[in-house]
Amino acid sequence: MKITVAGETKEFDDGISVSKLIELENVETPQYVTVSVNEEFVDSGAFGSTALKDGDNVEFLYFMGGGR
Amino acid sequence: MAFTDEQLERYSRHIILKEIGVKGQKKLLAGKVLIIGAGGLGAPAAMYLAAAGVGTIGIADADKVDLSNLQRQVIHTTNDIGKRKVESAAETMRAINPDITVNTYYDFVNSSNIMDLIADYDFILDGTDNFPAKFLINDACVMAGKPFSHAGIIRFKGQLTTVIPGEGPCYRCIFKNPPPKDAVPTCKQAGVIGAMGGVIGSLQAMEAVKYLTGVGELLSGYLLTYDALKMEFHKVKLPPRGDGCAVCSDHPTITELIDYEQAACDMKQ
Repeated sequence: MKITVAGETKEFDDGISVSKLIELENVETPQYVTVSVNEEFVDSGAFGSTALKDGDNVEFLYFMGGGR
Repeated sequence: MAFTDEQLERYSRHIILKEIGVKGQKKLLAGKVLIIGAGGLGAPAAMYLAAAGVGTIGIADADKVDLSNLQRQVIHTTNDIGKRKVESAAETMRAINPDITVNTYYDFVNSSNIMDLIADYDFILDGTDNFPAKFLINDACVMAGKPFSHAGIIRFKGQLTTVIPGEGPCYRCIFKNPPPKDAVPTCKQAGVIGAMGGVIGSLQAMEAVKYLTGVGELLSGYLLTYDALKMEFHKVKLPPRGDGCAVCSDHPTITELIDYEQAACDMKQ
């Protein structure tokens, strides 16, 4: 199935979970990432149980604390 | 209020823009922007807003200029080392544009002073370097109904969003709580490329100018991310402001400001 991750469409195994995608995409500090699927936030407690579908649009949003 | 000849000349490149014109420049001169943090983000933002003729600019910071700041904080010079950042920043802003009023606040923002600080301003710019301050600014601006620009930078990356309380999502809609201290690195720990503050801080200034003049579309409802190594901007559409947010929903569970604990390595020396 095809999933768009951060604007880039890629091929993944059918039905992988958000957790699996986080692992495959080598997300930094995975315990603090915010994930949206099709412009809706997924609760971090539901990453393992949320299966992705063909055509899903996934975004990872990261904490960025710097500025001064 | 009629423009002087000097003002007509100074702001001529704005006035010639059909979106700005004399009307827009008057709005800028009547505008009040508060910049919290006179560092990597705040420095370029303050310089552009001063140059643009934003009539009143407040700048808050409790730090003094350090040699390690000068790689990115372009509002300060080598001669300013040891000086209060707000004073150094104010001097540069006044030198760029004597037409404006600069208010300095040599203080850390906290739950007891932030509401008074933001009260007099139209738009707030978050140029801080830590999560407790970023959450505090978000919550205070949401509670006070003040629009603000949030931004963060680290290494070769940066991001920003504009929050219009009551309309679009806020910072806490994206990130429910600050990460535990030291869990996510700061610039001091991880480094940041100097020009990143220039890119993202200038975008924050752009949002302030757009807000004051009412020109264009604000970055409300989006998080814009920038990756300098890939040289890519990516605009992430955020879910609309919903019922889930602890501070900006119509039934908030956070109704008082919180002073979160700062990462240990960032405490004052």
